[in-house]
Amino acid sequence: MTGQPDGAVIKVRDLVVGFGRTTVLDRVSLDVMRGEILGFVGASGSGKSVLMRTIIGLLPKRGGCVEVFGIDMGQVNEKERQAVERRWGVLFQHGALFSSLSVRQNIQFPMREYLDLSHRLLDEVAIAKLEMVGLGPDVAEKFPSELSGGMTKRVALARALALDPEIVFLDEPTSGLDPISAGEFDYLIRTLQRTLGLTVFMVTHDLDSLHNVCDRIAVLAEGHIIAAGPMSAMLASEHPWMKAYFRGERASRRRD
Amino acid sequence: MSGEPSLKSTIDGESLKLAAAGPWTAPHARAIERMIEQALRQRADVRRVDIDLGGIDRLDTFGAWLIERILRALSGEGREARLVGVADTYRVLLQEAHRLGRAPPPALRRPPKVVEALNSIGAALASLARSLVMLMHMLGAVAVALARVLIRPWAFRFTSMVHHIDRVGWRAVPIILMITFLIGAIIAQQGIFHFRKFGADIFVVDMVGILVLREIGVLLVCVMVAGRSGSAYTAELGAMKMREEIDALRTMGFDPIDVLILPRIVAIVVAVPILTFLGSMAALYGGGLVCWLYGGINPDVFLSRLREAITLDHFAVGMIKAPFMALIIGLVACTEGLAVKGSAESLGMQTTTSVVKSIFLVIVLDGLFAVFFAAIEM
Repeated sequence: MTGQPDGAVIKVRDLVVGFGRTTVLDRVSLDVMRGEILGFVGASGSGKSVLMRTIIGLLPKRGGCVEVFGIDMGQVNEKERQAVERRWGVLFQHGALFSSLSVRQNIQFPMREYLDLSHRLLDEVAIAKLEMVGLGPDVAEKFPSELSGGMTKRVALARALALDPEIVFLDEPTSGLDPISAGEFDYLIRTLQRTLGLTVFMVTHDLDSLHNVCDRIAVLAEGHIIAAGPMSAMLASEHPWMKAYFRGERASRRRD
Repeated sequence: MSGEPSLKSTIDGESLKLAAAGPWTAPHARAIERMIEQALRQRADVRRVDIDLGGIDRLDTFGAWLIERILRALSGEGREARLVGVADTYRVLLQEAHRLGRAPPPALRRPPKVVEALNSIGAALASLARSLVMLMHMLGAVAVALARVLIRPWAFRFTSMVHHIDRVGWRAVPIILMITFLIGAIIAQQGIFHFRKFGADIFVVDMVGILVLREIGVLLVCVMVAGRSGSAYTAELGAMKMREEIDALRTMGFDPIDVLILPRIVAIVVAVPILTFLGSMAALYGGGLVCWLYGGINPDVFLSRLREAITLDHFAVGMIKAPFMALIIGLVACTEGLAVKGSAESLGMQTTTSVVKSIFLVIVLDGLFAVFFAAIEM
């Protein structure tokens, strides 16, 4: 709701990330536009999660720069960083719910820390967020260990959305879900994105998700972004890895 | 971006007009809530209310929910409410808010305080009984596993047991020697200081000998082992339970008792008597050293007095108790480990319980042994 209305909210320029002697990302550049759902694909171990974790500041970078909302994340102090962190939400691959807090407390945790809200509003909004992700108020008092895989992901999404973020990072949101739940989750992401005007950065392997919800797809291979564009461009590509990925056996079976 | 939210109410003919303006977002939620309460209290007699959202320049789910709250409060009072001037960008969000929160929240029925207090006493007693039963279960399961091993000795996980003896026994030797040495020295010093007043210095040797061999040696070692190894057992088994490793073992046809628990319990039962022996010797050495340096009792005199004061019985009492106490520590630690639930908090809680409970039971057992040995005049 601030800054460039249609510009890039995340700008990655010449990013280099490595561990020890290996370089995982070698001068990667990527833009994520406001209000789009970007699907981010790549072979297992190619560094998709590394890029995501570097953007959100969990991993140090060796070179290049990451700009979020036009703010260079390499140059910010603690306070400015926190202000940016309030404007994004992250859904970790395995949910990363706090195991000693109930579902309601998990969702309320960021609100309690960052906002000054009345008790009543906290409870009402927590229930509302739960319903937004398709769960009933009866789940609110459960603990993470009592939830199924799909419910865990939904609760984690509700927690990621707790502060009404502008960007949501999703790390393999549909992995480990059955096709029906995965389809529902895709639909949920699409609906929430429209309702709340979110920008979504989604690391995924799910071809159905890529087809159904992503506006644009970026492909990471050999440490570089080898392509970025809509699904039609991916399908037209002649790059061998992309051919195998988007038009391979599993992909074509999907369309039969 | 800037500015404060506002909610102005004006009377327009037959209807009340509420004009919302400014940022209706989470950081202002508390102020907005207060304004809503005030606005709703005014002119409750007016049946028609128009809520004008034209002035809102920012809206998030918190704001949308608060607007929805006004609508519901008004319709709950039987008043007629209408939204006007809704910007297209916010329409979807408001519709979403309208859909949400319809189901009544699960009723949290709280019993009266007295009942709650009685409940908690009952629950504590029940859990005490349950934990005793669990302990008996574990003892039985370990006994069965031990019997199986006696029939088929080659099935015993010898390597695992040696590994645990190394961790529980060998690696504990330095700290056990140091602590018991110091305690032996301190008892001797205190004894000499007070006994000297009536010229009974030499009886310090009796006191140190009997106390260390019968009680202090074994108790100190057990407290140390419960804190050092019992907690480790609980944490290891608990973490394995949390990550479903124990279920995995079971599905592969292994009994976790055979694979994980029996080697641990055998290891602790072997290690604790050895540590008790070493600890007792270190305590006697510490006592002897203090008697010589502080009390002026010559080592020769100390040794000959010690030989008169203690019999093999005193030594045997300490050593007989050691394996039983070790068994208690091992059983409690493993039972608590398997009782861990899914959360990190529960792991911490069970580990604490394991240490507290095993030390408590060791002391209870020590009391029972005291009665027993007194009865058989040992």
